[in-house]
Amino acid sequence: MKPDYILITDQPIDYAMVTERVRSNDCGAVVLFMGTVREMTAGRQTVALDYEAYPEMAQQMLEQLIAEARVEWPVHAVAIEHRVGHLSLGEISVAIAVSSPHRAQAFEAGRFLIDRLKEIVPIWKKENWSDGTSEWEHKEIKTK
Amino acid sequence: MTAQQIQIKLFARAKELAESELITVAVSEGTTVAALRLAIADQFPQLKPLSSQLLIAIDNAYAGEDQTLNGKQEVACFPPVSGG
Repeated sequence: MKPDYILITDQPIDYAMVTERVRSNDCGAVVLFMGTVREMTAGRQTVALDYEAYPEMAQQMLEQLIAEARVEWPVHAVAIEHRVGHLSLGEISVAIAVSSPHRAQAFEAGRFLIDRLKEIVPIWKKENWSDGTSEWEHKEIKTK
Repeated sequence: MTAQQIQIKLFARAKELAESELITVAVSEGTTVAALRLAIADQFPQLKPLSSQLLIAIDNAYAGEDQTLNGKQEVACFPPVSGG
């Protein structure tokens, strides 16, 4: 098994590099999920997003989620990068790559990782709207 | 009971409302997370807009309401997360 890779970074995410980290001759499948900055949300226009993280805890929570995924699926390797700082439209906020022997496992594990990341990993997003206002987005949480 | 100063890291909107990334809250020794919440609300009323939504973490893990504070842990307080 390859060592898992987790990075919280203020640098642009190189998704090809993230993907390469999980590729292996032991695997028939690699799934890459990317989150990107969307312009329109419920009729409102975004000009940019600002992300902030609690990096030490985010690292710990992501390690926990990868461990949970490994209990559920025969995951070979996981690589996760999350960006912080100021992001323009279309930029990549998060990349999650998962490899496994067969595709269903990689799809399911990847889905689990991004869904749970959005629920428990301490990272926050601030919307900068086109009307000049900005606001933090806060979802309800399930710490499970 | 002896008083104790707990330093709390703040993030996102909590940090903005308090205008500080680190606050110090006075509590009695051996206090619980639930009591810490009340102390935060009492001593930092500017955090009131987030009130019940605030999450507390101890040593990089989500804290339970009856967990106790010993003054040696790293304590953080923040609104529900919205990464991804």
